[in-house]
Amino acid sequence: MNPADIFIDIFLLLLMAAVAIAIVRSHLMFAVVMLSGIFSLLAAVLYVHLTAVDVAFTEAAVGAGVSTLLFLATLALTHVNVEEKHKPVRVVPLVIVTATGAMLIWGTLDMPHYGDPEAPANKHVAPRYIQESPKETGLPNMVTSVLASYRGYDTLGEVVVIFTAGAGVLVILGRSRRRRRPGVNDEDGDNLEEERA
Amino acid sequence: METVIGLFNYWIVIVLMMAGFYIVIAQENMIKKMVGLSIFQVAVFVFYISMSNVFGGTAPIAAEGFTLYSNPLPHVLILTAIVVGVATTALGLALIVRIKEEFGTIEDDRIRDMEEHGEESEA
Repeated sequence: MNPADIFIDIFLLLLMAAVAIAIVRSHLMFAVVMLSGIFSLLAAVLYVHLTAVDVAFTEAAVGAGVSTLLFLATLALTHVNVEEKHKPVRVVPLVIVTATGAMLIWGTLDMPHYGDPEAPANKHVAPRYIQESPKETGLPNMVTSVLASYRGYDTLGEVVVIFTAGAGVLVILGRSRRRRRPGVNDEDGDNLEEERA
Repeated sequence: METVIGLFNYWIVIVLMMAGFYIVIAQENMIKKMVGLSIFQVAVFVFYISMSNVFGGTAPIAAEGFTLYSNPLPHVLILTAIVVGVATTALGLALIVRIKEEFGTIEDDRIRDMEEHGEESEA
């Protein structure tokens, strides 16, 4: 393994960790959302470096693009700019998180090393797809052939999940629009609080 | 040193995962909780993609002159997971918009106070 590759890998990972820490510490919601977009984009760059080009493409379009857009739309609809009473550090969650992290790191110690071609994950089913799928499906891209051909039913299931989520969003948001209409001077959500009071 | 380089990806994945986990359990703003959840998700994705990488391997697209490819199966799994992840994020954010309309706040602790003390504390 070439040292430049390892350097790029470590650099991107450290950058992602720095962005994640910045998200934890920031209490400006716009900054949090934009940092999460940067985080997704860094992940996409890392996937290209790790030769997962299809995943990088999807992450850049869906993770960094659509997701950030959804978060920005939510900020606009809820008028939230700053996190209320931002607490710097809370002890009990920090202890739980540190303990969980330490146990997970302990668990990695006997994992196969990064990039090891002899790792069990790369030895069992994958060689069959790598050798046979271009011949069997006629597609040079193995990810596409698994996604659309061998596991086509899973992809159909994925489409059902997306459809359900989309329908759910429409039902949840559509209902609130209908409930607002009966009020006389309804401009935005503020009147709901007045009615309740 | 070899162990550190061999496991470095996994360690950073755990740091990212724990950063997301901390946001979800320790911070009150619901939009921020969703961001924490998506950080956790991306950490899992990076974990899978790291495992699929093979030193000297190329992207899993068959081409003349290449024999060593990365493992395509984790790529397929994560491709599906990214799209499903955005669908669930959208649903969560829609719920947050509704909660804001109903309670006037998206801070978890304030909503909990309202539920415990009932309507009189609001009025």
